[in-house]
Amino acid sequence: MAAQEQQQPQSRDVETEADAPEAPPAAPEAQASVATQGVDDLLDEIDGVLESNAEEFVRAFVQKGGQ
Amino acid sequence: MTARPEGLPSDRLPVGGAMRVMGSETEYGIHSPSAPGANATMMSARIIQAYANLTRQRAAGGAETRWDYTDEEPLHDARGWTLERSAADPSQLTDRPPVLDAEAVALAYGRQELEADGSDESGSLLMNMVLGNGARLYVDHAHPEYSSPEVTNPRDAVAWDAAGDLVALATVRKVAADPDLPPINLYKNNTDNKSVSYGSHENYLMPRSVPFGDIVRGLTPFFVTRQVICGAGRLGKGQDGSTAGFQISQRADFFEAEVGLETTIRRPIINTRDEPHATADKYRRLHVIIGDANLSQVSNYLKFGTTALVLSLIEAGQAPKIEVHEPVAGLQAISHDTSLTATVRLLDGRRVTALDIQWMYYEAAAKLGQETGVSDSFSGDGHTRDVLERWESTLGLLGSNPASAASSVEWLAKMSLLDGYRNRDGLEWNDARLGLVDLQWSDVRPEKGLYYRMLSRDRMQTIVDDATISRAVVEPPSDTRAYFRGKCVSSFGKDVVGASWDSVIFDVPGIGKLQRVPTREPLRGTEALTGQLFRKHATAGAFLRELLGLDPAPPA
Repeated sequence: MAAQEQQQPQSRDVETEADAPEAPPAAPEAQASVATQGVDDLLDEIDGVLESNAEEFVRAFVQKGGQ
Repeated sequence: MTARPEGLPSDRLPVGGAMRVMGSETEYGIHSPSAPGANATMMSARIIQAYANLTRQRAAGGAETRWDYTDEEPLHDARGWTLERSAADPSQLTDRPPVLDAEAVALAYGRQELEADGSDESGSLLMNMVLGNGARLYVDHAHPEYSSPEVTNPRDAVAWDAAGDLVALATVRKVAADPDLPPINLYKNNTDNKSVSYGSHENYLMPRSVPFGDIVRGLTPFFVTRQVICGAGRLGKGQDGSTAGFQISQRADFFEAEVGLETTIRRPIINTRDEPHATADKYRRLHVIIGDANLSQVSNYLKFGTTALVLSLIEAGQAPKIEVHEPVAGLQAISHDTSLTATVRLLDGRRVTALDIQWMYYEAAAKLGQETGVSDSFSGDGHTRDVLERWESTLGLLGSNPASAASSVEWLAKMSLLDGYRNRDGLEWNDARLGLVDLQWSDVRPEKGLYYRMLSRDRMQTIVDDATISRAVVEPPSDTRAYFRGKCVSSFGKDVVGASWDSVIFDVPGIGKLQRVPTREPLRGTEALTGQLFRKHATAGAFLRELLGLDPAPPA
């Protein structure tokens, strides 16, 4: 899977296209192939929403037991 | 009581397929980054309080918590319940729920905090609500939990489970808007990756006549392997996640037994909690604790749909006759193998993969669907065919090109994101940023939750549309007793003093004692049976008088 993602032609530099309407997500088959595209674009967006200071944030997430 | 009119809907669902009374329970992970030491139970209570403030729906503080399908005697009323006038004193009916109650919280953490935190007019902190959509929202130990209303099919299970995520989101927003409270985040996941797990449970209604041994034999190989289609993915291996890597299931490493009663220690693959009453001879509630909480709608749909199909196989005596050697070890070995090539040994000596076992169940379910006719595209039940088709296509993708299932199978979707980071930034599996991606995947806020970021880019397939989910936040399912419960709460909330899965309790001025309306039959109390009554009456008094066959109110 990683190799396929690497093959995508888009680079992180084309983020201006991020807001452009994407191809209509019609058939499930088509959706599946969409899912392997634009990974770099996606990661750029996610960079912007990830909480800051990952290490501290993850360490502080401590839960009490549940079922 | 009126006689049962002709032509009323039957209280049975088509047999042999994916239709079944079912429901979900989600315990949300809870965290306040700006107040990391905050007490989890107090925070959970704030979440419930926030929703109460939003909806002004009455909390059913005394609600029973048992999911009770007991039907003690044939129901005489066509609309679906046996009526009884409760002689109970109100103080008995508001008996404490078996969660940490407000008094206990006050004792443990100081009454001042409790009082400052907002309480209802009676001075008690809300810990337990019944919602207008028929669900229950409450504090379960140290987590807020949403228990969906009863539904009849996997599509509705997805809708009302996702509605719970919108309820959770609404509470997060409400708390965040209060300048006096630290913001609280909720996560739809199952572990803190520090040895603690919390559940996402499923409930399925089954005839009690099916021997429990058949259920254990029929379900265990299926439960060991269904994670390949509905695992949510987890970074790290072992209960504390300290072994680097990625695995298919959030929950697998927390299971230690094959069959048992516990849900918090020595968790078993098959949970025997049944909470039967002496007369629970008709139904059992199968309580499934092995599932991951799903945000992917397709994984969630397949989780409910295929499990319902397998239960139909068991009822028909047609489950595959296989037995997995050491199923707990097999469960974990399969979870730890994202290549899907790990094998488990069957007692007949064969070594098979998870996909092999899933195909055996698929073939059997497809055959039963054909035999019973429920999977017919015209005369079928409208659900079984779709579940079978998605199951088949998903197994096909997993067997040929798993990456192509990343738009539907949750663990693959999450793994594609993690792989993206690893490839772009050269991260090791134990990098904290990957841990954050795993955690933030399940943040219920769409601007923060990475699942929702994927969804907004059309990278995740859906089963139900947004409008359907939004409707499910406020409307109960029309075809189970949840309709009656939800409509009572939303129509006559101020006169409802309590509600549980199997009853609604009214306190109506002028009627005297509390009125308890049992709803022991899950397929009664539907819109078809009671909708007209709700539409006809604007007040709880008039509604109850007709429902209970009481004398009309004296002229004013």
